[in-house]
Amino acid sequence: MVGGLFIIITSQNYLKKVVGLAIFQTAVFVFFVSLAKVLDGTAPILTKMANAYSNPLPHVLILTAIVVGVATSALGLALVLQIYKNYETIEEKEIESLELKSDK
Amino acid sequence: MFDIFLDDAPALVVVLPLLISAIIAFMPSKIWPWMISIITLLLHLFLSLHLLKEISVSGLIIYEFGNWEPPWGISFKIDGVNIGLQLLFSIFVLVSTFYSRKIFLNEIDYRDSGKAYSLWLLAVGSLNGIILTNDIFNLFVFLEISALASISLIALGAGQNRKALLAAFNYLIIGAIGATFYVIGVGFAYAMTGTLNMNDLVIQLAQYSDGQLAIFAGMSFMLIGLMVKAAIFPVHIWLPPAYSYAPSAVSTLLAALATKTILYFFVRLLYEVFIIYPSYLSLFLDFVLFPLSLLAIFIGTVIAIYQDDIKKLLAFSSIAQIGYITLAFSLKDHIGVVSGFVHIFNHALIKGGLFMAVGYFAILYKDRVTLNSLKGFGYKYPITSFALLICGLSLIGLPLTNGFISKLYLFQALYTNEMYFSIALVAVSSALAVVYFWKIVEQMWFSEIKFKSEKEDAYIYLPIWIITISIIVFGLYSTPIIEFSNLSADYLISGYQN
Repeated sequence: MVGGLFIIITSQNYLKKVVGLAIFQTAVFVFFVSLAKVLDGTAPILTKMANAYSNPLPHVLILTAIVVGVATSALGLALVLQIYKNYETIEEKEIESLELKSDK
Repeated sequence: MFDIFLDDAPALVVVLPLLISAIIAFMPSKIWPWMISIITLLLHLFLSLHLLKEISVSGLIIYEFGNWEPPWGISFKIDGVNIGLQLLFSIFVLVSTFYSRKIFLNEIDYRDSGKAYSLWLLAVGSLNGIILTNDIFNLFVFLEISALASISLIALGAGQNRKALLAAFNYLIIGAIGATFYVIGVGFAYAMTGTLNMNDLVIQLAQYSDGQLAIFAGMSFMLIGLMVKAAIFPVHIWLPPAYSYAPSAVSTLLAALATKTILYFFVRLLYEVFIIYPSYLSLFLDFVLFPLSLLAIFIGTVIAIYQDDIKKLLAFSSIAQIGYITLAFSLKDHIGVVSGFVHIFNHALIKGGLFMAVGYFAILYKDRVTLNSLKGFGYKYPITSFALLICGLSLIGLPLTNGFISKLYLFQALYTNEMYFSIALVAVSSALAVVYFWKIVEQMWFSEIKFKSEKEDAYIYLPIWIITISIIVFGLYSTPIIEFSNLSADYLISGYQN
């Protein structure tokens, strides 16, 4: 989780920022799924063998969150592509210097 | 036959725009996507009015999706807190959609108008979901749909200025971090209570009345996540570029409604759920939200003075205005919450009107509107300029406008809490608001160059004047806004629980 956040903050490359965001989100998904585990629990399917079931709800929530995460990453990558088409670079520093030049 | 639909009105106000948005996405026509959006939003307004009628009879509607009972299923809740906001939302969206047509035709390729209106309706539907939902995870989903839709809309501004892409990208990254923080908080809350429904959450949290570290951590994560989304002061940095490089019609919608709906949910979470930990709540309000609001008011106003670009100036003044709202909400008493809601209503109208007028100028000037470019506009385009003047005076808080009512209530709330330093600060920043607005007025009316008046487009100035007239009407006769805000505060403060 912290690793993903670190990448977002420190990297100068927009593509790396999107990847960092994906890592950050995935870490949160794993956190959710780990909440669902019940000791000695099995998958929540009705059988005579099982005496405890893991909680299925967090998995369902995360299924939704994964879809949201995919959409976020896709939009982020599309924006990076557009930025590259317009500026011919995706390095934050180079774009900043380009903008400073165009402002003058 | 119609009654079947009316029973599902709470779901339909959200689902209808989302469904229609999928239908119009690939229409290549110039006019049809707009026409269909207008018809959809007229229906939306009709449904909102129906909800108002229902609420005035019963006082509370809980709509269960698929008839799953609340702790298990997702539910929408409509009560005194959000019905006023719902109505404002519905009316404002209709007016700004009416305004958006000519603006979009000028700013983006007409073949894209189907996609633009598709995103527009997506943002409308999901923002409305934020107002109505009673489920903390469902809120996250709506939060992300609205964020993704508005990011795409902001990126449409790239045809005008490529900086729009950078603004959209920064919003995406910062917004996604905020949303993920919120989800971490939801995870903690769910781990401790096993529920996501807000009413049930209150009941379940009561058993940990002595306080648990995990719950406090979760609450903090949720609040910080929402603060990022609502652009409360230190985490507002995504907002000014996003609003100023978006297409003009989009900045109107976002500035007026997007942050307001999230602020509303923020307050609802504070006063409806977290109120059961009074010590935590007052710690957060007194030592986090209160000082941050004061900083937001002061710094937002000062930065606005130094802006040359008018849309950026308005965006920074938005930061200050959000500060006024959160300052009012941090007071923890009835009058504070009332004044917060009053300012949510009034500021939505004021900022909407200002962005609409400036958006029209941007199209007339065919470039970004800076202070210099406004020279003589007061004579060149008198109708729109006069509307801008009234909205601006209302932003400062002059009598006869609704901005005055906001300031009056805010001062009253601060006075009853004996916060004289805050009163002074609010007064000073109102005076500073005169400075930046005067710079605009000076360019528009008092420059040497004189112009003959030119023809203005009625399709554009009509919606601007609808907003402007409502500003004056609510300044003279403010009872509806006060009533709705009182109702909201009554529900929230009395510790009302279902």
